[in-house]
Amino acid sequence: MTYIAKPRLHHPSLAKNRVGFTRRDYEGKISTLCAGCGHDSISASIIQACWELDIEPHRVAKLSGIGCSSKTPDYFLGNSHGFNTVHGRMPSVLTGAYLANRDLIYLGVSGDGDSASIGLGQFAHVMRRGVNMTYLVENNGVYGLTKGQFSATADKGSRSKKGQSNNDAPIDLVTLALVMGATFVARGFSGDKTQLVPLLRAALAHQGAAVIDILSPCITFNNHSGSTKSYDYVREHNEAVNRLDFIPLHEEITADYAAGELVAVRQHDGSVVHLRKLHADYDPTDRIRAMSYIQEHAARGEVVTGLLYVDPEAADLHRQLGTVEQPLNTLGAAELCPGAKALEKINASLR
Amino acid sequence: MQKIEAVNDFVVKFANINGSGSASANELFARAILRMGVPVSPRNIFPSNIQGLPTWFEVRVTEHGYLGRRGGVDLMVAMNPQSWEQDVREIDPGGYLFYDSSKAVPRARLRSDIHVLGMPLTEICNDTYSDSRERQLFKNIIYVGALTTLLDIDPQEIEKLFGEQYKGKEKLFDSNLQALNLGRDYAREHLKPIALKVERRDRVGDMVFTDGNSAAALGCIYGGATVCAWYPITPSSSVPEAFERYAQKLRTDPVSGEKRYSIVQAEDELASIGMVIGAGWNGARAFTATSGPGISLMAEFIGLAYFAEIPAVLINVQRGGPSTGMPTRTQQADVLACAYASHGDTKHVLLFPEDPCECFEMSAQALDLAERLQTPVFVMSDLDIGMNQRLCRPFAWDDSREYDRGKVMTREALDAGTDFGRYLDVDGDGIPYRTYPGTHPTKGGYFTRGTTKNAYATYSEAGADYIYNMQRLRQKFETAKSLVPLPVLTAARYPARFAAIFYGSTGPAMQEALDALAEQGIYINALRVRAFPFQNEIADFIAAHSKVFVFEQNFDGQLTTLLINEAHVNPASLIPVLHYDGTPITARFITQEIAERVARLNVRPLRENMVA
Repeated sequence: MTYIAKPRLHHPSLAKNRVGFTRRDYEGKISTLCAGCGHDSISASIIQACWELDIEPHRVAKLSGIGCSSKTPDYFLGNSHGFNTVHGRMPSVLTGAYLANRDLIYLGVSGDGDSASIGLGQFAHVMRRGVNMTYLVENNGVYGLTKGQFSATADKGSRSKKGQSNNDAPIDLVTLALVMGATFVARGFSGDKTQLVPLLRAALAHQGAAVIDILSPCITFNNHSGSTKSYDYVREHNEAVNRLDFIPLHEEITADYAAGELVAVRQHDGSVVHLRKLHADYDPTDRIRAMSYIQEHAARGEVVTGLLYVDPEAADLHRQLGTVEQPLNTLGAAELCPGAKALEKINASLR
Repeated sequence: MQKIEAVNDFVVKFANINGSGSASANELFARAILRMGVPVSPRNIFPSNIQGLPTWFEVRVTEHGYLGRRGGVDLMVAMNPQSWEQDVREIDPGGYLFYDSSKAVPRARLRSDIHVLGMPLTEICNDTYSDSRERQLFKNIIYVGALTTLLDIDPQEIEKLFGEQYKGKEKLFDSNLQALNLGRDYAREHLKPIALKVERRDRVGDMVFTDGNSAAALGCIYGGATVCAWYPITPSSSVPEAFERYAQKLRTDPVSGEKRYSIVQAEDELASIGMVIGAGWNGARAFTATSGPGISLMAEFIGLAYFAEIPAVLINVQRGGPSTGMPTRTQQADVLACAYASHGDTKHVLLFPEDPCECFEMSAQALDLAERLQTPVFVMSDLDIGMNQRLCRPFAWDDSREYDRGKVMTREALDAGTDFGRYLDVDGDGIPYRTYPGTHPTKGGYFTRGTTKNAYATYSEAGADYIYNMQRLRQKFETAKSLVPLPVLTAARYPARFAAIFYGSTGPAMQEALDALAEQGIYINALRVRAFPFQNEIADFIAAHSKVFVFEQNFDGQLTTLLINEAHVNPASLIPVLHYDGTPITARFITQEIAERVARLNVRPLRENMVA
């Protein structure tokens, strides 16, 4: 962390995006996390992705639970509304917010304690319902704010800073998301922004429940040897299945790839995800295969990253409910109140 | 032997087996009497069970319009061998027992001080119908037929009700009518007449007959709720179910089929209140319905909504507690749990509806209050009014009424340079301005947290900021007093030293008890509390009497505690009178308790105009 305030003035030569904002306009308050925290790299990636996607900052609502990761929404998109909710319950609050206004972009930020322990139920159910959101799990396998207890994503046999060994089986959030019906499932690494930024861009554009499990080492409590969530360990065991190019609707496809190397997935809104295959046999539109692939590699001690699954025909909660296009929070008495005459009819039916 | 004689003033109790289809037949019986212009007050006394356990349906026929539970039974319709002993025991001396005599009942299992009417219902059904489900269902209609003859209920009214129910289903209409007449004919030919009678009157007027849960749901429709998130729990589940039913009719675009509402059945109560809070934060009117255990689960979130100042409406249909408690029994036992729900220093607005009409009004009002005060608001219904059909004033709505969306700062105001501090008291009423997410590209955004913040919603753990916030919240709660419904006074005919305070579903029984007490020369001023925070009128009322009986349907005297804590009244002047066995409080209970206590306080009326 730093205590030196960032200057408010921006250099006039800073590049602006299509909606007139510089990258700095997507920043937030100064982080209060530890220097070198993986979470700060994720915040920087979010800033980058939103700027590149030409999202107006105030059209994003960022919600979080409790924990180090859940503090981060204060550190990016400073002009957006944010909501630091209760521990493990961000998904329900976000669901309600999404019901109220389907027009905003919803970013849920959570950690492994928040999502895999206390909030495992809400994590699962928000996927089932297809809430149109990007759900980020900043996963470090440890409770930071309460100083170093194992979380439910810690691998069996992983050692804590104090030298204890973890005896419980880990929860793999990407597998769970796949089982629960998430329509965009990815895993990233906070130490690899080249991979993470395109994943974030594609997830933000996805019209359905998108989850990215981001391995984000805890520099203070979980970066020692013997930990399976340290920078070194993740770098050594990272098996990226693909590299992503995300092309929004308005951009032309310019990248040039050798034949057979590239998979193009067109999403519901018309945007295209281009995947450069790193593993020839990996098909990211096959949910069942994705699950077994992840498990096979996990058994070999490898952490599979990249875009693991995408359903281009994802349907979101509002579509399933059949609600009006106009956000519910903009409807007034004229649209909502049936009036005295209708009430008289109801009275008559109750006599 | 004595014979209970009554016209339009008696209690019929049906003892049935859960799942046998008796409920709709019994309701038909009640409605037919209503259609004759005579008020009725039915109560469904049911087990936590789908099929097989005993269930009762009590119909109070009451020309005076006393809609509380009276206590006692004049005519028992005993259709359940399982509960026979208990049912026969419950009949008042001189009362009547109607039963299925297909199988002979030994004399020892009957009573000599009641009049017994046996009808071989099973035999008649077995002779008439071959299908087993028909035998069961029509048995109910046949006994209703017999009762119409015994009690002089106009069969034309039942025929009309059949006509409404089976519109376009001629076959069902005919078969039901046939069963009804089968019962009528048998009763006329074989049963001795009884001295309970229904006579046509005009005492129902324009009143409507409905249950509090449906009414609360309708209130949410009229009040503009667009988000409903809930988790099934007895006795509240029929609130969101009715909301869906009404919304399908009243909030669905007839052309496109698009819905101007959303309903999510959540995975638990934690998620349902989370969704309500998320929607409230984002500017939609949202509510949930639950019961005591749900409130306990929601407690953490309720504290967040209180401190983060987010509108939320909770309809709490109270049941017997604590813990899983008695889910199919009624109580008013969540008063303290809701008033102070959550950790830390929290206080919440409570509304206490008396009947379905107030469930409608207060649910709609709660949506206004929640947005005006930016806080959770509880509608404290209970099983007795929530799940029973009750005669009440018709619903009314003023078309010129606007929704009170509270203090919301707009994009225009922000552009005009208005200072925006999310938790800043600019008007002196403790209520700050809020912005909806997505309002303005560069202004008005803020980060929502619980307590660690200053008036501009910036992170702060400074003591002074915390104190500012807490004092403002106290000011806001003071403001709430001027917005919530006032108490309703029923003044005694003569100046009275004693008074009663009551709330919610106790209302009808209390009104009846006050009449009965006046007949005994005991005059009591009665105040029906309709909301928390308590207005000064309540403390003044208590101070004006030497003793005040506080009637509550719970064990701990929860409203009494709240009055002492929050209205700062003299504890010695309050006498809690508690009814907590899970059944609705009765006028007989109230009358007896007051009469005894007044006698113990050594006060006797000496002359007509010198009264207790």
